[in-house]
Amino acid sequence: MKHLLSSHDLSVDDIVGILEVADHMAEINTRSVPKVPALRGKTIASVFFEDSTRTRLSFETAAKRLSADVMTFMASSSSLNKGESLRDTIETLSAMGIDALVIRHKSSGVPQTITQWTDAAVINAGDGWHQHPTQGLLDAYTVTREFGTKDSLAGRNVAIVGDIKHSRVARSNIDIFRRLGAHVIVVAPPALLPGNVESWGVEVRSTIDDVLGDVDVLYMLRMQLERMDSAIVPALPEYCATYSLTPERAARMGAGSILMHPGPINRGVELIVDPADVPGSRILTQVTNGVNVRMAVLFSLLGSGATSVLQQGVES
Amino acid sequence: MSTTIVIRGATVVNPASVEVADVLIVDGIITAVGGSHDADVVLNGTGCFLSSGFVDLHTHLREPGKEEAETIESGSRAAALGGYTAVVAMPNTDPAQDNVETVRFVRQQGIAAGLCEVIPSGCITIGRLGKQMAPYARLAEEGVTLFTDDGTGVQDGHLMQRALMLGKQLGITMAQHCEVASLTKGAVMHDGECCSSMGVPGWPSAAEEQMVRRDIDLVRATGAKMHFLHLSTAGSVDLVRAAKAEGLPITAEVTPHHLALQDELLRGFDPVFKVNPPLRTAQDIEALKTGIADGTIDAVATDHAPHAGHTKEQPLDAAPPGMLGLETALGVLNTAVSVDPQQIASLMSWAPACIADISERHGRPIAVGEPANIAVWDTTTVWTVSRDELSSKSRNTPYHGMELRGRVRHTIFNGELVVRDGKALK
Repeated sequence: MKHLLSSHDLSVDDIVGILEVADHMAEINTRSVPKVPALRGKTIASVFFEDSTRTRLSFETAAKRLSADVMTFMASSSSLNKGESLRDTIETLSAMGIDALVIRHKSSGVPQTITQWTDAAVINAGDGWHQHPTQGLLDAYTVTREFGTKDSLAGRNVAIVGDIKHSRVARSNIDIFRRLGAHVIVVAPPALLPGNVESWGVEVRSTIDDVLGDVDVLYMLRMQLERMDSAIVPALPEYCATYSLTPERAARMGAGSILMHPGPINRGVELIVDPADVPGSRILTQVTNGVNVRMAVLFSLLGSGATSVLQQGVES
Repeated sequence: MSTTIVIRGATVVNPASVEVADVLIVDGIITAVGGSHDADVVLNGTGCFLSSGFVDLHTHLREPGKEEAETIESGSRAAALGGYTAVVAMPNTDPAQDNVETVRFVRQQGIAAGLCEVIPSGCITIGRLGKQMAPYARLAEEGVTLFTDDGTGVQDGHLMQRALMLGKQLGITMAQHCEVASLTKGAVMHDGECCSSMGVPGWPSAAEEQMVRRDIDLVRATGAKMHFLHLSTAGSVDLVRAAKAEGLPITAEVTPHHLALQDELLRGFDPVFKVNPPLRTAQDIEALKTGIADGTIDAVATDHAPHAGHTKEQPLDAAPPGMLGLETALGVLNTAVSVDPQQIASLMSWAPACIADISERHGRPIAVGEPANIAVWDTTTVWTVSRDELSSKSRNTPYHGMELRGRVRHTIFNGELVVRDGKALK
């Protein structure tokens, strides 16, 4: 596998393999010097055409802990503002000699499109509403490690609540959760469900109250407030009445069930409860795991394949 | 000094007959069909069909305004290579074809190129903005017969009704790009399963069908004739079939790409497959083919839409819609659809010549005394499309690397041989 463009690029074996490598990375991250020379000499460019906090920093942290050199491209201070095209931008970066491009773009399909303009490995860090495969992987890592089931989510119920239609996280996570054996339920107002969502092999339910008692994982998506202005969903209070996690609803979550969210949280919208008050919240665990899983992805795409290198330390 | 041309051994396709005959052309006029003749230029037509030259109701030539993508000369050459002796130039130029000067300029550039007749269409509204009617009478005096805001539909039903009333009075035809804009904001491709999993905004079939339905009602109310451009959905075909059964004066075209290509091709996010209206599903393609077979669809029109390379090298949602079509139309139609030579001639020449109201010069029978606008083509040559071998200035063909069956061999425009053995002579 040269690129990671979509969850669909990964077989179940690939997914399980990456999660196992992530266990090695988790161990590295507990060391006093959490760094290995696995990608020494490799150059990774993080190229974010869209704003991001956690994903960009997570990738850059992951790359540095593997001893790769990291270049950061900021769209806001780049020659894009002088009218430079996407192709020229990618070709220019590639000409500097880089091994991987980590791409975030507001348009679906951009990571795939740019593969024709570069020899570097392309890693999709989120494209439009299309895919966010490393989010799907880190969430699968979080859930499998939570329940101690390693390579399977068989028998687990996962509910994804909120704006499914415009969510790249939903597309990656539904695919990965399902192929690991989970039963996936989506909960959203009709206008925020993708067309033909039934063909994705998910169950559709209409309110968050319908799922609270049944699920092992309650996965809340970010609700973008601009959707309210474009006649897609009714006013905020009406949305919250049916789809938000309130303290009362959080109290009704089953024992042992967990709360997840890809961030950034819209407090007072999808989460009215403070997640710090929800014992099952794994929202910060997701962030921690994100570094482990992205280290695993970078190592899988760019590394030698030999995990022995992960035993080595570097001089502090 | 006159040049005489004879085409030998071709099967002459007329509405009433299909038979092998030599065709002699003297001074731009067909002077013999049958018999044996000598001439200055002798063309081999063996294995080919010979019909009136093709007429494209829907060509974007991009001049004036986007000469980097196509010029009237380069587009005319592509047309001649595709067997066309007349093309209707769409009005979404810059400036738009909503005024006498621009319309005259387009016609003159066509005459200067001399490869086919370039017939400017006119806008329905000034600047294609949907607000104010264009000067139909003045443009009609310039020979404009077809009016459209192609690229966008006329959203205002009241304005469209008034335009149809004026059209009826002036004897011109309104042609609609059927798209209800409020349903296609940001739309990238057909709103179906593929679009949903790719995570891009969809262009629903209803957005086309809603305007087809409205305009059928307006035709019923006004009695004016109307032409529907590039229909793409099964529902549109049903609506037009029912309207024709009612006896309403409606005509309709489909493009070769809507007959041959489906939305699944966009899975790789390649903007070369982005077009408006979008590629649809296998069921829609079947319905369009049925519409051709039962006469609901009158014409095949290319919607030839060149785009400079860099404009298609963008994210799928940012890239402009449109694909090349002139040089591949015959091959695509003949490969994708089961049609006989008379159907091909009817869909690509006879019917569009009537719709464009140029049937005194184009789409004529192959008979003594008729003007020599002729295409000689076959339905058997298998060839592989290469974007680098097309004569259009742009490269955005969706058929690159695809095998097509059927190709144009010779084109004669106004008695002048402009394409010989698949090569443009100027």
